[in-house]
Amino acid sequence: MEYLMIIVGAVFVNNFVLSQFLGICPFLGVSKKTETALGMGFAVIFVMGIASLFTFIVNQYILIPLELEYLQTIAFILIIASLVQLVEMVIKKFSPTLYSALGVYLPLITTNCAVLGVALMNVKPIYAYTLGQAFVNGLFSGVGFTLAIVLLAGIRERLQYSDIPKAFQGFPITLIAAAIMSMSFVIFSGMI
Amino acid sequence: MKKREIFTNGLIKNNPTFRLVLGTCPTLAVTTTALNSLGMGFAVTFVLTCSNIMISALRKVIPDKVRIPAFVLIIATFVTVIEMLMRKFIPDLYESLGLFLPLIVVNCIILARAEAFASQNPVLDSAVDGLGMGLGFTCSLTLIGIIREFLGAGSFFGLVIPGLSDLSMAVFILPAGGFLIFGFLMALFNHIFAKIDENRAKKLEAEKHAKIIDKVVEEQETAEAVKEG
Repeated sequence: MEYLMIIVGAVFVNNFVLSQFLGICPFLGVSKKTETALGMGFAVIFVMGIASLFTFIVNQYILIPLELEYLQTIAFILIIASLVQLVEMVIKKFSPTLYSALGVYLPLITTNCAVLGVALMNVKPIYAYTLGQAFVNGLFSGVGFTLAIVLLAGIRERLQYSDIPKAFQGFPITLIAAAIMSMSFVIFSGMI
Repeated sequence: MKKREIFTNGLIKNNPTFRLVLGTCPTLAVTTTALNSLGMGFAVTFVLTCSNIMISALRKVIPDKVRIPAFVLIIATFVTVIEMLMRKFIPDLYESLGLFLPLIVVNCIILARAEAFASQNPVLDSAVDGLGMGLGFTCSLTLIGIIREFLGAGSFFGLVIPGLSDLSMAVFILPAGGFLIFGFLMALFNHIFAKIDENRAKKLEAEKHAKIIDKVVEEQETAEAVKEG
């Protein structure tokens, strides 16, 4: 039941993009086509899941016993950067098909604030997550991101054929579409 | 490039928020009140200026292959510094910025300036660039913050405007309002910049015409002079 609450919370109620404003850069930048959006989404799910696992372990068994919590930011960004590099190499070696699908997005993920965000959120004392819960939260926060970016990409593909005032073309109309999406996601608030 | 040019480049021409569209996460997340926006802006300015100076000073020492991790490490150090300072001296702001303070590390403006400017230019220029970009970011954020606070809570920098706070529209404090205001402001700036470019093009065209006319007149005059001569 706890896990179900975390999943619903991460995907709908506290959607990373639409209600927490994390990962907006790729949300606006890589959402021109549904396929690329989907590719980016899967890469983010992948990295967020693994990053949650590793950062949680490092925090629990290295930083807290040594009372080095103030190094969280530096330690986590280093873990994420090296993890992304490692994942890239492993995928390249063992699954060329997966690499051709996700490869280009992986380096971009290092500077995606959603990944560092979920890592920092997981170790907040108020949530008191266990390792399993942190992993599930990371994974499904990624799913929430994917949902939002794929939906937006669908809208943007349609928008290409509409007659938009010149000043609104490009980012402004995308932001307004995102605003309407965000409004509809308010429905989920208070569900948990 | 002149120092003043570098400074105004970040402030207006290549404003990180409205022109380059970098660092959008904090732009939307912390702008629920004007004061938070200002605090976030100054924190980013501090980190950006310091990291630009540091990276520029070390630009000949850092090997090209590991430059990105090196930049990230330098940035993360300064972020930790500002985090500790804020926690100690302005705990209220520290609380309200919350997660977005450590997330300055992955703010794309800082890495973009490190990569595009600081790693190729001398220390003083880089410092000016950091300051200009940071202040451009601060101004944009504060503008969004003022509008959202005014519409969403009916107050100005925390001061309640009598009569208006009863009419507040909570949607502008919600995430949706952030997207909406940001979108409309960007459209407005696009329009203004397009107008400026248009005027400049018109002016150039007019000057070109004037030059051609001058030339023709001159040629006629010399032709006449030759005839008379």
